[in-house]
Amino acid sequence: MKASPYAFIAPFFIIFGAFSLVPLLYTAWYSLHNVQLSSLDTQTWAGLDNYKNLLSSDFFWNALKNTFTIGLISTVPQLMAAIGLAHLLNYRLRGSTVWRVVMLTPYATSVAAATLVFTLLYSWDGGMINWLLHFVGIDPINWRESDWGSQFAVSSIVIWRWTGYNALIYLAAMQAIPTDLYESAAIDGANRWEQFRHVTIPQLRPTILFTVVVSTIGATQLFGEPLLFGGVSGSKGGSEHQYQTLGLYMYDQGWIIGNLGKASAIAWSMFLILMIIAVINLLFTRRLRKSQ
Amino acid sequence: MTTSDLTLPQARPKKTRSRRVMGAGKQLHAGPVTYIVLGIFALVSLAPLVWTAIAASRTDRRLAQTPPPLWFGGNLFKNMQAAWDQAGLGTAMLNSVIVAGTITVSTVVFSTLAGFAFAKLRFKFSGVLLLLTIGTMMIPPQLAVVPLYLWMSNLGWSNQLQTVILPTLVTAFGTFFMRQYLVQALPSELIEAARVDGASSLRVVWHVVFPAARPAMAVLGLLTFVFAWNDFLWPIIALTQQNPTVQVALNSLGTGYVPDQAVIMAGALLGTLPLLIAFLLFGKQIVGGIMAGAIKG
Repeated sequence: MKASPYAFIAPFFIIFGAFSLVPLLYTAWYSLHNVQLSSLDTQTWAGLDNYKNLLSSDFFWNALKNTFTIGLISTVPQLMAAIGLAHLLNYRLRGSTVWRVVMLTPYATSVAAATLVFTLLYSWDGGMINWLLHFVGIDPINWRESDWGSQFAVSSIVIWRWTGYNALIYLAAMQAIPTDLYESAAIDGANRWEQFRHVTIPQLRPTILFTVVVSTIGATQLFGEPLLFGGVSGSKGGSEHQYQTLGLYMYDQGWIIGNLGKASAIAWSMFLILMIIAVINLLFTRRLRKSQ
Repeated sequence: MTTSDLTLPQARPKKTRSRRVMGAGKQLHAGPVTYIVLGIFALVSLAPLVWTAIAASRTDRRLAQTPPPLWFGGNLFKNMQAAWDQAGLGTAMLNSVIVAGTITVSTVVFSTLAGFAFAKLRFKFSGVLLLLTIGTMMIPPQLAVVPLYLWMSNLGWSNQLQTVILPTLVTAFGTFFMRQYLVQALPSELIEAARVDGASSLRVVWHVVFPAARPAMAVLGLLTFVFAWNDFLWPIIALTQQNPTVQVALNSLGTGYVPDQAVIMAGALLGTLPLLIAFLLFGKQIVGGIMAGAIKG
């Protein structure tokens, strides 16, 4: 019986070790080598060349900037809409389960399927969105070529797929808020909006932090949406690389251009960025706890 | 943890509510405005899917014209047939069923075992190991794909399904999910009693843990299947159009493998259909699972 706990957790740690931890270290090793897709067997030491190469590359900084911008315009509106939606779902509703399932259906759609559909909806000629915009007097927008247009389009796919999911997470947290908090707020004369601001939002704070972290991790590795939005030359992220994210840049360098050493360096840069975010988040959470 | 527990706060009898409590958001009846706004959210959620079906029933030429079609045409089955044959969606669906099915069974079993150990057994370093498990969820898949690709090439495994099955046989999310459930749902006395009766570890797992974990295992199975069916980055690196999963086939469609937009939409529809059916049948359980994971997470 003594050994069994370790036997039970062994499968997870073996799989994690073999397919995540060891590869993670190997990726670091390869990032210090010159590894080409065309000749996988010859790997020569390159020192920090791949990283120097990245830091002096406009495309890397561009991808970093795009990842940040798209991450921001996809996460912030998404989470705000999700809180609002959760608030509505928290009312006594007829068919409350049906509403929840409906809001979650975009989550059933894969990145690939959703992006194929949205790409057609956003097409310049005969696209649904430009057609709808013309009713309010807006000229057709070239969603694929324009800078902000393409970044907005890519973000909207993320927002569409994840808003309902996050709303359910907020809804679960809202239902766990003790009713007497609202009662005493009501006694103090707080109206519904004030109750939402001064009871619901503060009570949701840990959940909001959790969703921000998860969304940030997701945004840092954003890949499929911009790839397929770009169509045939998707790995470039548009003719001017206007929506090439870090994830896409890595794929382009590694498997289209064939420089796996550089791709490894990009992967580790992503990891470092995430660790920096994690540390900031940790400090932020500590301050939050102290202030409470 | 189960859906019924979660809806409990809403199901309280009306009589207990004083007028003041009416101010509490969770107990208010929804007014017409709420229904209208929810209706708009629902429309935005569903419209792209409905429109996918409309576009899939039209022709490529019609889709390039303004105004875009707003109702169904007569080419749905022709386009689906084309997607099935030209884009290899037939093979892709079969492959995805094999891949997602294997990953689901394995993840559920191994996550339950590990989750049980973390929830109910005392062993050295269990706290640290659990933290480590949670921490691994932060690692992006990008950190693993270069070495995995190299090893796979060395093994001559290109285009074989085990390359996309093996790395996700058990997940940190699943382990944590089952741990959170079993902490509450499995009484420790039950395990003690079974041990006193001289049951071996495996017998305890089979006769005590699995029965207690069954509801959460079902939910984890659904969530894992959705995740595995939709997984994208590693499959498109490891597999090609010669032996695709659904997402690999859709990726080929998106990058010009078949230029007909109506066929592409038919492919997107076909590739999503199994999950839409699953949502139709088990939507309530999936919603419950996501909300349950959220409370404890």
